[in-house]
Amino acid sequence: MSDLLTYAYAVVRAVEGLQEAAAPLRGVADAPVGLVTEAGDDQLGLVVSHVQAQDFREDALKQHLEDLEWLEAVARAHHGVIEALAERTTVLPLRLATVYLDDQRARVVLEAGRTVFAERLARLSGQVEWGVKIYAEPSEVPAAPAVPAADLPPGRAYLRNRRQQQSVRDTVYQAAQQAAERVETAGRKHASDRVRHRVQQGFVAEAAGSAARAGENVVNDAYLVPLNRCDDFLADVTHAADGLDGVRVEATGPWAPYSFATPPGESGGTAEGALP
Amino acid sequence: MSTPDPPSEAERLPQRQVALIDLLDRLLTGGVVLTGDVVLSIADIDLVRVSLRALIVSISEQNPSPWTSTGPLQGGDHDSRR
Repeated sequence: MSDLLTYAYAVVRAVEGLQEAAAPLRGVADAPVGLVTEAGDDQLGLVVSHVQAQDFREDALKQHLEDLEWLEAVARAHHGVIEALAERTTVLPLRLATVYLDDQRARVVLEAGRTVFAERLARLSGQVEWGVKIYAEPSEVPAAPAVPAADLPPGRAYLRNRRQQQSVRDTVYQAAQQAAERVETAGRKHASDRVRHRVQQGFVAEAAGSAARAGENVVNDAYLVPLNRCDDFLADVTHAADGLDGVRVEATGPWAPYSFATPPGESGGTAEGALP
Repeated sequence: MSTPDPPSEAERLPQRQVALIDLLDRLLTGGVVLTGDVVLSIADIDLVRVSLRALIVSISEQNPSPWTSTGPLQGGDHDSRR
């Protein structure tokens, strides 16, 4: 068994029937998913599966993580397990690729953190995460009627053209700002917490954007919303771009509370926390 | 042992296919960071995370968005860290 490691997905409140719910699940590398529980106390469980040590040893992992296909496969497997369990109970997701030597080591970590885990699970209970992204799309705004360039000397025509483009851009960013304020208002009304993610740029974002409409992502936030407020929150969010040309608001979710697993101020090396 | 209807595509498909970028936002910066086991606690895991994040967001590091919000929960300066 020494060639297997224990991959941990999440801490869960071990409600009745959870073991059965976990049993048919398949995790990373299609391995069966199990529940590691505390000795003598089955209130909390760590959702785990076994992975090949050769893939998850430090050096191998380092290389794998640079391989987008491998990363995607693991990320989707990780998410699949968490999403399935989130339908049954409150889930405290762990960061991708949290790996232990064996189940016993994982149990030690679970027991050592039980108070903190229980507190966080209580805080997240009955709430889900929604992602809200705002895009600015200056090219989507109908262009102002062009004045025949012949009426102007070339230099002035050029400058005027530039000014017009700039003014469309400014208008769109102002509109995006307005949409952002509406979303924030919806958040204050219905959500219990918010986390800002870095705006999505780069090749992974472009790959995602090429399928859908493009535009520049200017807001990428996550909101923690009580289940009974989700409809209201979403209704407000989906109307946030109403009447605003060149602005698109996209909601994703519901997600397990990934972005809220670590309480504010206890950042464990997140993007924000990593910067002084 | 084996149920008549083993879990497969059919059971997993109802999940909507989430965008990888949205997933990575959450899995690489969200989630509880537990002190890993010997295997991963060799300090380098942080480097892995950092280099990985750099791979994904390198463009945004160098080209901060022209967008600056004046929302109440963030500063209105041009610092890309916001």
